[in-house]
Amino acid sequence: MARPLRRLPEPFAAWFAARGWAPRAHQLDLLAKAQAGRSVLLVAPTGAGKTLAGFLPSLVELAGAERSANGRAVAQRGLHTLYISPLKALAVDVARNLETPVREMDLAITVETRTGDTPPHKRKRQVERPPDILMTTPEQLALLLASRSAADLFGGLRRVVLDELHALVTSKRGDLLSLGLARLQALAPGLATIGLSATVREPDALRRYLVPQGEKGSGGLSDLVIVEGGAAPDIRLLTLPRDLPLAGHMGSLMLPAIYDLIREHKTTLVFTNTRFQAEYTFQELWRMNEETLPIAIHHGSLDVEQRRRVEAAMTAGKLKAVVCTATLDLGIDWGDVDLVINLGAPKGASRIMQRIGRANHRMDEPSKAYLAPTNRFEILECTAALDAVEAAAQDTPDPRRGGLDVLAQHVLGMACADPFAMEALYEEVRSAAPYADLTWEDFEQVVDFVATGGYALRAYERFAKILRGTDGLWRVRDGRVAQQYRLNAGTIVGGTMLKVRLVRQMRGKPGAVVPRGRVLGEVEEGFCEMMVAGDSFVFAGEVLRFETIFEDSVLVTRAAAADDPSIPSYAGSKFPLSTFLAERVRGLLAEPAEWDRLPMGAGPWLRHQQQRSLIPAPGELLVETFPREKRFYLVAYAFEGRLAHQTLGMLLTRRLERARLRPLGFVANDYGIAAWCLRDIGAHAAENPAFLDDLFGEDMLGDDLETWLDESAMMKRTFRDCAVIAGLIDRRHPGERKTGRQVTISTDLVYDVLRRHQPDHLLLRAARADAATGLLDVRRLGQMLGRIRGRIRHKPLDRVSPLAISLILEIGRERVFGEAADEILGEAEAMLIEEATA
Amino acid sequence: MTASRAAVPQAGRIAPVELTIAGQACLLDHSGVLVLPDAGTLVVADLHLEKGSSLARRGSLLPPYDTGATLARLAEVVAHYRPARVVALGDSFHDRGGPERLAELDRAALRRLTGGCDWTWVVGNHDPVLPPAIGGEVVEEVAIGSLVLRHHPAAGPVRELAGHLHPVARVVMHGRGVRARAFLTDGGRCVLPAFGAYAGGLNACDAAFAPLFPAGFTAHVLGRSRIFALSRGVLCGD
Repeated sequence: MARPLRRLPEPFAAWFAARGWAPRAHQLDLLAKAQAGRSVLLVAPTGAGKTLAGFLPSLVELAGAERSANGRAVAQRGLHTLYISPLKALAVDVARNLETPVREMDLAITVETRTGDTPPHKRKRQVERPPDILMTTPEQLALLLASRSAADLFGGLRRVVLDELHALVTSKRGDLLSLGLARLQALAPGLATIGLSATVREPDALRRYLVPQGEKGSGGLSDLVIVEGGAAPDIRLLTLPRDLPLAGHMGSLMLPAIYDLIREHKTTLVFTNTRFQAEYTFQELWRMNEETLPIAIHHGSLDVEQRRRVEAAMTAGKLKAVVCTATLDLGIDWGDVDLVINLGAPKGASRIMQRIGRANHRMDEPSKAYLAPTNRFEILECTAALDAVEAAAQDTPDPRRGGLDVLAQHVLGMACADPFAMEALYEEVRSAAPYADLTWEDFEQVVDFVATGGYALRAYERFAKILRGTDGLWRVRDGRVAQQYRLNAGTIVGGTMLKVRLVRQMRGKPGAVVPRGRVLGEVEEGFCEMMVAGDSFVFAGEVLRFETIFEDSVLVTRAAAADDPSIPSYAGSKFPLSTFLAERVRGLLAEPAEWDRLPMGAGPWLRHQQQRSLIPAPGELLVETFPREKRFYLVAYAFEGRLAHQTLGMLLTRRLERARLRPLGFVANDYGIAAWCLRDIGAHAAENPAFLDDLFGEDMLGDDLETWLDESAMMKRTFRDCAVIAGLIDRRHPGERKTGRQVTISTDLVYDVLRRHQPDHLLLRAARADAATGLLDVRRLGQMLGRIRGRIRHKPLDRVSPLAISLILEIGRERVFGEAADEILGEAEAMLIEEATA
Repeated sequence: MTASRAAVPQAGRIAPVELTIAGQACLLDHSGVLVLPDAGTLVVADLHLEKGSSLARRGSLLPPYDTGATLARLAEVVAHYRPARVVALGDSFHDRGGPERLAELDRAALRRLTGGCDWTWVVGNHDPVLPPAIGGEVVEEVAIGSLVLRHHPAAGPVRELAGHLHPVARVVMHGRGVRARAFLTDGGRCVLPAFGAYAGGLNACDAAFAPLFPAGFTAHVLGRSRIFALSRGVLCGD
C-alpha cells in the first residue's frame, strides 16, 4: 500500500511555495499511489486542482528522469503520458495550463496537443519523435492505434490521464476509448491510468473502467481518491414578486432580474438548455443593456474564431457575462466567474452541481448560483433540484454497455494496425469494462460483420474487408479499406453540419442571392430541412432569413428588424428530466404541505388543480380527459422525461386510432403528454371501464412498439448513426453532400430492406439497444408502465385543468408529433384543389 | 391534363390513379409502375438491380437483399395487372456487371418474370448493354401509340414516358417535412419514379426537371395510404 507523501519532491515543493500554495492532501495522495504504480480515480468537485493533480505524477517522474539521464537527449525518451479529453478545446486549454509549471520550473518536458486541427507535418513528426506528454481526444487515439506504428509509439507509454471521465463513460465515445485503453494495456503492459471525474453516484463503475477487467485484470477496481466537496454551494431560486407563466421556456420575465445580477457581479455565466434559448437570452439581454455591459454568447455551433475570441476575452476578465450552453459544461477554466445562473429546468441534480462548479474555481469559497425557472412546472423542478443539492444527492447516469457498432469500428481499426487472432482480440476487448460481458457469439458476429457484412445470405465473401489467412490471423484486405477506416473513424455522427453563411440579395433579382459571405457558425442539416425560403430564425445573436442551401452552406440574409423569428426557437432540451429528479417532483406534488414554500404562483396553481381536478398520490398516474374547441383531449402526467413521453405519445396515438377515437396529434414535454382526438375519449372511457388500463397496458411495448419502429423517424436516425459508426456506410464529410442520386444511398432504404429480410442483424440489434436508452427511452417508459399498472386515476373534466393548460400551451410552440405524413400530403393536395377551383 | 380521379378500390390494394397522358389512358400504380391498359403494357423505371453488390465492391457492404426485394415487389404488381408486355425503362441493372452477379434465386425470379410475358429492356446509362441470357428484347427506345418510352427524357416538348431522374417530391408544412417518390406529368410527358429498393431520389424542384415541364407539372406522390396529386407550387427543394 502506498503511504501518502508528506511533501512534494523538489523542484515542485519550491514552485508550490513560491506561488504561496500548499500541496493538497489529495494531490499528495494521488502522487503516492501513482508512484507505487497504481491506477487511480480522482473524484473531486470543480476547483480542487484536479487537472494539476492528474499531471503531477508524470511531471515528477519526467523531471526525475531528466536529472538521472544527465543530459541525454530528452527527445529520445518516447511518449511517457497520454492525456485524453472529451473536448478538443479542453486538451488545448490544459496543455496551455501545463506550460506554466514546466516553464517556471525549467523542466525539459515537452507537451503537445494532437487534434483534428493539427497539421499533417506535425502529426507525422509527433509519431516519429513523440513529445513526453501528448494531449488528445478519443478519436485521435483510435486513429493512432489503428496505424502500423502504434506498437512503437505506445510501447513505452507509462500513464494515461483521462479527464472528465464521468462525461465520457456515458457515451459511445467512452466505449471507443475503453477499447483504445484495452489496446494500450496490451501494447504497454504495466501502464497505469488516472481518471479525473466530477462527483458521481457510483464511483466503482469508473474505477472498473480504469483497469483491465476479467481474469487478467488486476482485481477489477482502480484505487480511489475522493476530495470531499469544499464549502457548501450558495445556491438559490431566483424569485420575482409576481407569478410565472403557465408554459413557455424562454424566461423573458426573468431577464431583468438576471440583468441586475450581472451588473452586481464580476463575471456571470448564464447557462441555458438549448442553443436557441441562448440566442434568445443574449438578444433580450442586449435589448435592455443600456449600460452596454460586455455580454457575450458562446455555444458549440458558433464559428470557432468567434468562440476563441469570447474565450480569450473571458480569460482576460474583459467580459461581464457569457450566455452559454452545455459546451461550457466541461471543465475549462474560465477565470474569475463569481456567479452562475441556470435559466430553465435543471434536468438533473448532478448536472446542476457540475454547472455551478463553474463559478469560483476555488473550492474553499462557496459557489454562488441561482436557478431561474421559466414556468410553473419548472418551479417544481428547480425546487426539487435545490432539495437534492442540499442533500448532496447525485443522479449521474449509469455507464453504458459497450455498443456493438463501436466494437465493429474498433475491430476494423485493429486489423489496420496489425493482423489479429480472434481469441486474443476477444480477451483484449473483454478487458474493457463496457465489454466485460461480451459473449463469444456476439464477438464472432461482429468480426463476421466487419468482414462481409454479417448477412445470412453469404453474398459478399469476395468483397471481404478483412480476411483470415492460413496462419489463422485476420488482416485488412488492402490499403483502400484502411483508408476507408481512417475517413470514418469516430463515434460522433450527429447529423451533417452546414455552415451558416451571411450573404446578400442580388440587386434587381428578388429571391436570388450571391453564394459568398461571412460564416457565422454551423447548424445541423436537420434544422434547415424544416425551413423554406423566407423563414426566419435567430442565430449568432441575429435574426436571419433562410434563403437556400448551397453546397455545404445555408445561405441567410439579415431579416428586417421588425421580423419575429418564424421558426420556433425552443427545440427542447437535449437532456430529459432525470429519473431521480422526476421522482422528487412527483413527491413534491403529492405533498400539499410543501406547496406553501413554492414561490411565483406555483402553490396557488397546485391548489387550484386540487379543486378543479385532482393531485395524484405518489405512484399514481393522473389521466384527465376534457373537451376543448371541438377536440377531445387526453392528458397524462407521467413525469418520465421528454424522450419517454414522445415514445409514449406515438404508441398511444396508434392505440387511440385503433379504438376509433380519431387522434389528430400529441405534444410531449418533460412532465406529461397531451393527445387530442375528434371523438370523445372521456365518454368512451366511461362506457368501457377497462379502456384506460388497456390503453396504458405494458403490452404497448410489444407489437405496437415493433410496428411503430418500422416507421419511426427516430429509429431510422438511430439506425443511421449505428450504420455510420459500424462502417456500413461512409460518413458524409462536409462539402460532399448531395453529390447525386446514385452516389449516396439513403440509410432509410437500407433500414427498410434489412428489417424485412434479416430482422436479427447485428446493426438492427445495436440500433434497438440504443433506442431503448437513447432517443426513444423505451426502458424508462417500460418502468413507468409497470409502476402505474392498476394505479391510473382517471378524472373526466368538462374543461381544461390548471396543470393541463401548461401542456396544452406547448402546442404550436413545441413540435407536434405524429406520423401524419399523409395528412401533410393531403393538406398540400387540398391547396391544389383550392387553386383549381379559385 | 384531365382531372385525376381514383379508380375503383380493390380489397387490400391501394387504388391506382387514372389519367390521360398524350391522349392515352394510364394507370399510375401506388407501387410506382405505370400501366397502359389499352396496350396491355406495364412500364417500370430504374430498377437498379444489384446496386447493393455494386456498392459492396467498393467497400460498402450493404444488405444484399435489394435485388430480391425489388423483384418480389415487381412480381407482385405484374401478377396483379397481368400485362401482355412489360417495359423496363433503363437502368434496370446498376452496372454492367450486374447480370453476372445475380444470386441464383434472384436469377430464377427474374427468369420467371421475363418468361411470363413479352419483356422489353430499354437500355439506360447504367446498363448500356445487357447480355442475351437475361431474356427479353433489348432496345434503345420503344413507341406505343402516341408515346415514346425511353430512359433519358428527350429535349423539347415530346410525348414520352421516361425514367432516369428518380423524381421525389418534398413538402414542408408546420415545420415537418415529407419526402416521397412521385410521378411527374404535364399531361404530355411523364417521368416515372425509380422502382429499385436502393434507388435514391432527385428532388422534383431540381433544375433538371424545369426544361422538361416549362408550364409546370403535377406530382402524383406515393403516400402511405394513397397517391396525392400536388401542384408544383407546394413542393420544396431539399
